[in-house]
Amino acid sequence: MNLEAVKSIYFFEMARTRRTLLQSVVSPVISTSLYFIVFGAAIGTRIQQIDGVSYGAFITPGLIMLTLLTQCIGNGSFGIYFPKFTGTIYEILSSPVSMTEIVLGYVGAAATKGVMIGTIILGTAALFVDLHIAHPLVMILFFVLTAITFSLFGFIIGIWAKDFEQLNLIPMLVIPPLVFLGGSFYSIDMLPPFWQAVSHFNPVLYLISGFRWSFFEIADVNPAVSFSIIVVFLAVLMGLLTWIFRTGYRLRN
Amino acid sequence: MAPIVSVSNLVKTYASGFQALKDVSLEIEEGEILALLGPNGAGKTTLISIICGIVNPTSGEVKVGGYDVVRDFRETRSIIGLVPQELTTDQFETVWNTVSFSRGLHGKKPDPAHIERVLKDLSLYDKKDNMLRELSGGMKRRVLIAKALSHEPRILFLDEPTAGVDVNLRKDMWQVVEKLRATGVTIILTTHYIEEAEEIADRVGVINGGKILLIEQKTELMKKLGRKELRVDLQEPISTIPETLSGYELTIEDEGHSLIYDYNTASERTGITTLLTALAEAGIRLKDISTRQSSLEDIFVELVGARA
Repeated sequence: MNLEAVKSIYFFEMARTRRTLLQSVVSPVISTSLYFIVFGAAIGTRIQQIDGVSYGAFITPGLIMLTLLTQCIGNGSFGIYFPKFTGTIYEILSSPVSMTEIVLGYVGAAATKGVMIGTIILGTAALFVDLHIAHPLVMILFFVLTAITFSLFGFIIGIWAKDFEQLNLIPMLVIPPLVFLGGSFYSIDMLPPFWQAVSHFNPVLYLISGFRWSFFEIADVNPAVSFSIIVVFLAVLMGLLTWIFRTGYRLRN
Repeated sequence: MAPIVSVSNLVKTYASGFQALKDVSLEIEEGEILALLGPNGAGKTTLISIICGIVNPTSGEVKVGGYDVVRDFRETRSIIGLVPQELTTDQFETVWNTVSFSRGLHGKKPDPAHIERVLKDLSLYDKKDNMLRELSGGMKRRVLIAKALSHEPRILFLDEPTAGVDVNLRKDMWQVVEKLRATGVTIILTTHYIEEAEEIADRVGVINGGKILLIEQKTELMKKLGRKELRVDLQEPISTIPETLSGYELTIEDEGHSLIYDYNTASERTGITTLLTALAEAGIRLKDISTRQSSLEDIFVELVGARA
């Protein structure tokens, strides 16, 4: 294991995060605050409680997931896409670094950044609503596992993408609807039966539901199912990644 | 001694169907400077890219230091430094960080003293805290060289290192190359500037259309393929070559004011003495004599032109 290389890639990526601190950290804090004002303060006063939890608190796990997913995919994909775009990828490819080490460096940095921002949002949320975390360890497990899984997903998108349009396609067009329709701002019990059934095909529902369960012990689906879904998704991504590395897909032509 | 780089029957066909390398075999000795000459699209960069691990070969085998470049990539890549042709840099990084990053990627522990030495050798040290986007093209080229030297490679690939760089950098770079050669580093460079190959290479390879046309010691090559030309300027112009001189390959130039004699430096008898005697016997009076050796460029143009 070339640990020096993993460290180099990891800290190189984290340095990029430091350089873009304002847009990396301040912007998610502002957008989360806006969500709390609009959904929590304005709409929340009319909904008041869902399953015994105040509406502001109810949407917090969903909001964290929304940011975590977009940030992890964004960072994971950009980290590997940018060297491809500028051509500096030549150096990674000609270094004595295995694909596993490349992934550890890039995905590790993207997940770290995601966890950092998620934590900041959790802190911001605590300013607006009274938060109570019933199962802190489960919460951390969901949190970290999701960060790793979606950073890995981003990494694969970054390898696949041939231009900036493709790079942004999934984080911009696919993830937001999945998060909004995945029960971030409501319990799916509130939907008509047809849409409830449709929602069960949305993988993000399971993430949010499991994550929310760790806070309030209320869930749209069984938390064990939620956990299995993440693990299955992670396994599928790892399989895909193994194939990419074997074939050199879009990296070594 | 076993060659440090050994390429056997290497073939590369890109997905587009373009065959960049057609059965290339080549051996590079440790410590030598090999210049690869060839026109654009000849396959130089593809060959280097496969040896360095950037491009997968279609078939054939490449060994570096006795290790296979695909199977034992850790061993092979850790002793190779690569300076690519394109000026690709992390625009927002500082010189120091990007060079240190390269060292880390190659699995070497941080060594600020070594990085400092490399930057000083390349006249980059006073720019160490500058972001790369603030540097000129020539300076960026220096950074790419510094990155390649950051991990103390035993083999250095320079892909068109002097394309578009100024005289100062060229001088600095050849000094660095000389210094590396003195420490036993093997250097492979591709170039368009044939004078450069002529000046610094021990061996010269000519590649065109995905094939190695020849690879030979520079001096041997110049001897074998290098023709020399003897130019005799005459006091009185002549219109025809006298009968007595018909045994020599002579041509008349400058409206009869000069005679040109082509001869091969490799042959035992150049025939110069007898020619000059014969000229005197034929009553031709000489004004001046000069010789000119064909350059590597002439050889190259001849080769690529003839076999392409």
